[in-house]
Amino acid sequence: MGAILKIIAQRLVLGGVTLLVVSLVIFLAVNALPGDFAEAILGQGATPEAIEAIRRDLGLDRPLWERYLVWLARMLQGDLGVSFAQLNFQSNLGGTQLKTVAEQIAPRFANTIFLAGVTAAIAVPVSLMLGVLAALYRGSIFDRAANIFTLTSISSPEFFLAYILILFLAVLNPVFPSLSNIYEGMSFFDRLERTMLPALTLTLVVTAHMMRMTRAAIINLLASPYIEMARLKGLSPMRVIVVHALPNALAPIINVIALNLAYLITGVVVVEVVFVYPGIGQLFVDSVKIRDIPVVQACCLIFAGAYILLNLTADILSILSNPRLRHPK
Amino acid sequence: MSRLLEMRDIWIEGRTDEEWIPIINGVDLTLDKGEVLGLIGESGAGKSTLGLAAMGYTRDGVRISKGSVVFDGIELTTAPARVKRDLLGRRIAYVAQSAAASFNPAHRLIDQHVEAPVVHKVMSREEAMRDGIELYRRLRLPNPEEIGFRYPHQVSGGQLQRAMTAMAMSCRPDLIIFDEPTTALDVTTQIEVLAAIRDIVEQFDTAAIYITHDLAVVAQMADRIKVLLKGDEVEEAPTREMLAHPKEDYTKSLWAVRSFQRPQKPPAPPDATPVIRVDHVTAAYGKVPVLFDVSFDIHAGRTVAVVGESGSGKSTAARVITGLLPPRQGQVFFKGEPLPADYRHRTKDQLRQVQMIYQMADTALNPRKTVGEIIGRPVEFYLGLKGTKKRERVRALLDAIELEPDEFIDRLPGELSGGQKQRIGIARALAAEPEFIICDEVTSALDQLVAEGILRLLARLQDELGLSYMFITHDLATVRAIADEVVVMKDGRVVESGPKDEMFTPPHHPYTDLLLSSVPEMDPDWLTNLLAERGVENIGDAAAGRM
Repeated sequence: MGAILKIIAQRLVLGGVTLLVVSLVIFLAVNALPGDFAEAILGQGATPEAIEAIRRDLGLDRPLWERYLVWLARMLQGDLGVSFAQLNFQSNLGGTQLKTVAEQIAPRFANTIFLAGVTAAIAVPVSLMLGVLAALYRGSIFDRAANIFTLTSISSPEFFLAYILILFLAVLNPVFPSLSNIYEGMSFFDRLERTMLPALTLTLVVTAHMMRMTRAAIINLLASPYIEMARLKGLSPMRVIVVHALPNALAPIINVIALNLAYLITGVVVVEVVFVYPGIGQLFVDSVKIRDIPVVQACCLIFAGAYILLNLTADILSILSNPRLRHPK
Repeated sequence: MSRLLEMRDIWIEGRTDEEWIPIINGVDLTLDKGEVLGLIGESGAGKSTLGLAAMGYTRDGVRISKGSVVFDGIELTTAPARVKRDLLGRRIAYVAQSAAASFNPAHRLIDQHVEAPVVHKVMSREEAMRDGIELYRRLRLPNPEEIGFRYPHQVSGGQLQRAMTAMAMSCRPDLIIFDEPTTALDVTTQIEVLAAIRDIVEQFDTAAIYITHDLAVVAQMADRIKVLLKGDEVEEAPTREMLAHPKEDYTKSLWAVRSFQRPQKPPAPPDATPVIRVDHVTAAYGKVPVLFDVSFDIHAGRTVAVVGESGSGKSTAARVITGLLPPRQGQVFFKGEPLPADYRHRTKDQLRQVQMIYQMADTALNPRKTVGEIIGRPVEFYLGLKGTKKRERVRALLDAIELEPDEFIDRLPGELSGGQKQRIGIARALAAEPEFIICDEVTSALDQLVAEGILRLLARLQDELGLSYMFITHDLATVRAIADEVVVMKDGRVVESGPKDEMFTPPHHPYTDLLLSSVPEMDPDWLTNLLAERGVENIGDAAAGRM
């Protein structure tokens, strides 16, 4: 166990360094984009004076490195700052309530996690099952059909899958609502119902990888002597695969699952737009459009953090799935 | 006695690319209840395939194209999968060659043990566990109460092999197929496993097919012996008759293999400088010490056999000499000159003088290079020969290892047999024109006839070129055949060393004695006598002591 704790500590430190690098890269990249917040918000009719004024208010007139260091210092104290849009709104209209970036993102992020969670709860068991069955009946019609179906769905654009699902499950057979505008105070089941279509769309997108990895990892082991031994004990083919092959195939499967879960948190903008789902992706895209650096930075840190944590979890689970490492001699 | 298994006119084929190639050509095999049949032949003879076919099972890409397998009145070749599954594990069980690979690494031994009885509804899980512990006890496994709760990687090879025998016994089958169950084990461990298998098969009156390439082993185990050659039956007879009067030439040639023996050369003069001197070497892998104060000399034109069980430090000593593993203490001298500890600090000429031949010719040859390229590389690197000169040299080397140059120079390793691959390995070592070659278990992966050819070749090359060999092996028959001097190692230490003739004449060091007496002999009573001599209790203790 000591070895595992050491790995976790090492990876967390490395993860911290990665986040730092990510924040620097994102900061530089957003600043390298043409235009800044002042120009973006005022549009074409802007006077140079008005632009200057906003820049001064927001501190955009100060040098790049100084702005980054100020942001970094605050971030390390747990303060992600306030979005430019909020600051600008307040200075022009004199509102009193300022929402911090953290307050802005929190409900959105919760929604994203909810959607990712629902998708994972459907996609992971389905792909494992399909993978096991495809391995069991490899070469059969079922195997080929499952492969063709999942490959087709992963190869189609997400919005296309989304519209097809809307057509069949919302328009022709009104099973689920086509709009997923969830809000606070909704009951869990209402929420679940409205989340269903985006979750199904995402399931179609992520199933192929996981299913094919499960199938390949299992088939890879079928020539092992211990699988032959299991067969020669007179076990049923299903038991041979589930009890004898699957536990040894877990490491690669876990890694693919982790990558796909990370994708569910970071890459679902298109689906959110189609279903008007208030997740973090839309907020992120909007913020990039108006060069709202504090929000962009915060979103990117969350995305990078999700990748780091999920990969760390996958590595630890892979280690734990190996009895040699779990029970040393 | 009543008939348990009857295989009639069995033809088995295996598929390569688009073609079906015959593996077994019309072999008959019968077995009575409680009888043990030894199935013997070289690798590729189809022993395992035939053994598996006795269970109505074929591996992927293999099929029984003709013939019938009747087990206790049930025709297995046409039986539906469900019927066969009901028999497998319950009435017919299998013990595989490598227990380490055939136990599922993800589950504890006892969980794998109880699986068959529970699935076949022979016993409840609790009963099967209690019974498993009892079987572990009968097979003289140390800590029978506790050993089943370990994972396979936590248990030694010899113990795993016994645990697998126990697993095969879990449903008290009528028939067990033993597929080379002791081939991967050291001689001293092999005895324990052989004794355990023989006892338990007798106790439960189980019929068995015992597959092996080792005649001396099968002589201890079987009532009857059947000899296979390339899928054909050569002959079959009761064990004693077969050993005393083999009829066919092929069988006689199998018997004759052990006759090759080279006379020992006179010892080097006391003032001669040895080609290689290993001087008080202590070495470790990371923090794990593996060699303790090891010293020995290898003189010009001599073969020094380094023997010991797996884990005794033989190969580590070779790694120290080649500079792959710099020692913690001590030094290696080449003709009186100290060799830099790390191969990266050695000159090209120092590197050239020490060459290696490996156990697994399969993995030691680059599968994408032709024979000419494999041998040509050291010729160019060490001797600086190019173009026609290089090619001529390669051809000369192929001649030296008795392979026809025109036929072999452009072949890939995949197109060679095991013995041919090993010859290429020898040619590659010779290409550097070294004075000293380390042979690391070079014959252990080969069949006896092929291995003998390799030994004869090495002996001839030594006489012609004045080479010195360090011959690492665990096989004492090989030592007897080729060595001038012997170094016996155990747990990283040299326990005894000296000229071969002395080593093979008593009195020995107790460990040497254990090694020597553990080598199976052709005499069918050998195991029984040996066990009586050592005392059965004694063996159990020895097993426990090695833990």
